[in-house]
Amino acid sequence: MNHHFRQRLMAYMIGNLSCQEVAALVTDYLDGALSLTQRIRFHMHLGLCVACRNFLKQMRYTISTLRRLPPDPTPPHVKAQLHRRFTDWNVNRGLSSDCAEEKK
Amino acid sequence: MGGLLCTNHLDSSPGERDNRCIPCIWLSLIQPRAGPFLPSMPSPFSTSDFDDVTVIKGLQQGNEHIFEYVVNRYSGSLLRVALAFVPSRAVAEEVVQETWLGVFEGIGRFEGRSSFQTWLFRILSNRAKTRGVRESRYEPMGLGTAGEREDGPSLDDSLFVTEGSRAGHWKVPPADWEPDTPERALLSKECRETIEAAIAALPLTQRQVITLRDLEGMSSEDICNILDISETNQRVLLHRARTKVRQSLNHYLAQEKHLPS
Repeated sequence: MNHHFRQRLMAYMIGNLSCQEVAALVTDYLDGALSLTQRIRFHMHLGLCVACRNFLKQMRYTISTLRRLPPDPTPPHVKAQLHRRFTDWNVNRGLSSDCAEEKK
Repeated sequence: MGGLLCTNHLDSSPGERDNRCIPCIWLSLIQPRAGPFLPSMPSPFSTSDFDDVTVIKGLQQGNEHIFEYVVNRYSGSLLRVALAFVPSRAVAEEVVQETWLGVFEGIGRFEGRSSFQTWLFRILSNRAKTRGVRESRYEPMGLGTAGEREDGPSLDDSLFVTEGSRAGHWKVPPADWEPDTPERALLSKECRETIEAAIAALPLTQRQVITLRDLEGMSSEDICNILDISETNQRVLLHRARTKVRQSLNHYLAQEKHLPS
């Protein structure tokens, strides 16, 4: 390998991603969907760029916030209605549940 | 010149990876999935009382306690997912009711080839799609829907310098969020509402993907099956949705800083 070729190879591997390109790759990166070359370039950029490190962190925090965002609680009357449907369904198919017995 | 070796590699004990540390960088190239920035995301439901087998058996046998558990565990999620498929809350509530009827009809034949959650959401999405077609408001999946560009940068161009020698750089570099940001965000009602509003404002397809993936924690494979889209397309939609939610969160945090505490 001559010197020139090695330099070109290094430049290709390290690449020169812009912040905009790095930001666009974050979800692919977190999903493990980057190729080896892309991953190297991604890491090389991150190693040098505080702003993009912060952006990645912000995305991680956003995801873990979303992951723990609880759904609205179901109102009691909806639950009660579902419960009635369940017992009806049980009675209809010949299964008598305890609760259905008690109500009669 | 600091940062070539992190504390773990200076005293050679394994631990958190640091992306400024060269051995850590190499490690994360070999094992990308355990890389330095992968979030550990505890599921809010990881401490579920019943596993899928118990749930399915219980429902088939008509066990009330199991049904109560299933209702408590899934009905909020079902409504949230339904809202990502149909435009109004009233229709979404009806779709959820139909889904429960679908559960009663289908549980006897359910063999557990997918997880119970996936099965449930598949029934929901099928009902929601027929519903949407009937009301002719449902937008077909995958293809670029109105107002949604399928290619081009997903991040708002306004975040980056577009011209000159600094093209592609951040206009305003993202701030370093405090480590307790998710906890604080979840504690504040206002912030939760900000996030929910940001999700509600997303185009339908993006909303479906982020709801199933991040809010409900489904695997991307299952999501692709349910929504009938490719993995790549799914990630594009997810990335757009996440960046928009991040932006609203960022906005909220910036405002919060200016308020007297």
